[in-house]
Amino acid sequence: MAAADELAFHEFEEATNLLAQTPNEATPRGDQLVPQQHVAVAVDSGGSYGAEDEVEESDKTALLQEEKQQPGFWTFSYYQSFFDVDTSQVLDRIKGSLLPRPGHNFVRHHLRNRPDLYGPFWICATLAFVLAVTGNLTLVLAQRRDPSIHYSPQFHKGKRSGQGLVPGGGGSAMAQGRLPALPAVTVAGTAIYCYAWLVPLALWGFLQWRKGVRERMGPYTFLETVCVYGYSLFVFLPTVVLWLIPVPWLQWLSGALALALSAAGLVFTLWPVVREDTRLAAVLLLSVVVLLHALLATGCKFYFFQPLPLEPAAPPHQATSQPPTVLLSPPPPRSAAA
Amino acid sequence: MAEAAESPGDPGTATPRPLMRDLKAVGKKFMHVLYPRKSNTLLRDWDLWGPLILCVTLALMLQRGSVDSEKDGGPQFAEVFVIVWFGAVTITLNSKLLGGNISFFQSLCVLGYCILPLTVAMLVCRLVLLAEPGPINFMVRLFVVIVMFAWSIVASTAFLADSQPPNRKALAVYPVFLFYFVISWMILTFTPQ
Repeated sequence: MAAADELAFHEFEEATNLLAQTPNEATPRGDQLVPQQHVAVAVDSGGSYGAEDEVEESDKTALLQEEKQQPGFWTFSYYQSFFDVDTSQVLDRIKGSLLPRPGHNFVRHHLRNRPDLYGPFWICATLAFVLAVTGNLTLVLAQRRDPSIHYSPQFHKGKRSGQGLVPGGGGSAMAQGRLPALPAVTVAGTAIYCYAWLVPLALWGFLQWRKGVRERMGPYTFLETVCVYGYSLFVFLPTVVLWLIPVPWLQWLSGALALALSAAGLVFTLWPVVREDTRLAAVLLLSVVVLLHALLATGCKFYFFQPLPLEPAAPPHQATSQPPTVLLSPPPPRSAAA
Repeated sequence: MAEAAESPGDPGTATPRPLMRDLKAVGKKFMHVLYPRKSNTLLRDWDLWGPLILCVTLALMLQRGSVDSEKDGGPQFAEVFVIVWFGAVTITLNSKLLGGNISFFQSLCVLGYCILPLTVAMLVCRLVLLAEPGPINFMVRLFVVIVMFAWSIVASTAFLADSQPPNRKALAVYPVFLFYFVISWMILTFTPQ
């Protein structure tokens, strides 16, 4: 079982430290000779995230798993077990998702088989709100450049296209009311939460279905998959804030960078599970994962940020535009910037 | 509603609670929020009247006249209500799941009362909006909202942080930060038409 393997590694990491300090000392115990190759592997892949902490944690985990029974799903403590993380652990997991490395498997190294729901839930919530807020801000800034756009805080959109918003002005699809009128926060929240929960569900289901093909590595549990996806969305937070800067190439660059980091994290995590499958299934699965991720990113960008091509704006629109916003004074009229 | 220290010698009399006493209790909690000290008053004698009053006031002020409701981009009364109460419940659940030893209604009480600075900010913003619009107008409102936002966070943290295990305080406080940030955003982007 994977957990037992990990315990074995952790025990011998302490031995590794001892050996490293005193390489010439004769090993007092015979059993240290046996797991030398295990020691070597642990040194390579375990990293040095506080070896002593790992030993203590794994000892504690082993004890707890022996003692406690899994409480039923109707009890509160069942759900409490999914929030059993400390601040430092959450920060470490976030860091791990920001910097994916080919050898490092997110689930094994950062989650250590103890997934949590705190990270995915609050990262998704933050992302939804940040998307809505920055989408709002983009409208405000766009209006400063082009006063023919009427600003109204996009908690809703205007209920009818062209009613509160001047047709022919710039603005995102949201502002033009071409998409169904729904509160921006609701749209963002629904989209992100659906993605972060349904896609892992589908992925987990698929991996379970293909379980028979794999020998060595068991599939991830559902919660671990949700965790991986949730934490991988964290890199979009600074990206969305960067999208405020209305420089198109910068927006696409930061979007591509975030997508690359995020998708890389996902791929590196899934690769050990998938590589034992048939080549076709592996490639297919990974490309679908990356594709869905890309769809989410571009969908958010287009819905909340991307200005649609300006229709020719006739000057009379200026005269019929709404009273000046009280948020910012309208700048003197000038030709609409791109 | 939590009972304040009733006289223990009244077993059967159905004396109606005097309104003034309740109002005084609510007022006292308002003062505790405005001058946050580490005291247990909010936690011990929790009540939900204060949060209700604040939430209704905030929702009313954030609403515009229904005449403009078609061009209206702002939140409606029910939305503000739902956001405040749903947000408070979510944060409370979160802190309980993380292992905090605060009761459900105590937490709701604290979060609701700590909206008071932001309600004050809303009042100030509405007054400022009566003046001439312009960048200075915006900067004043931004400043007021930021200060009140910080005040809300400090006040609620003073009451809530002690109930969390020490290595999870930040995890419990972050959702509070997000919650008040969203409310502050709603206040800041309010434009009457």
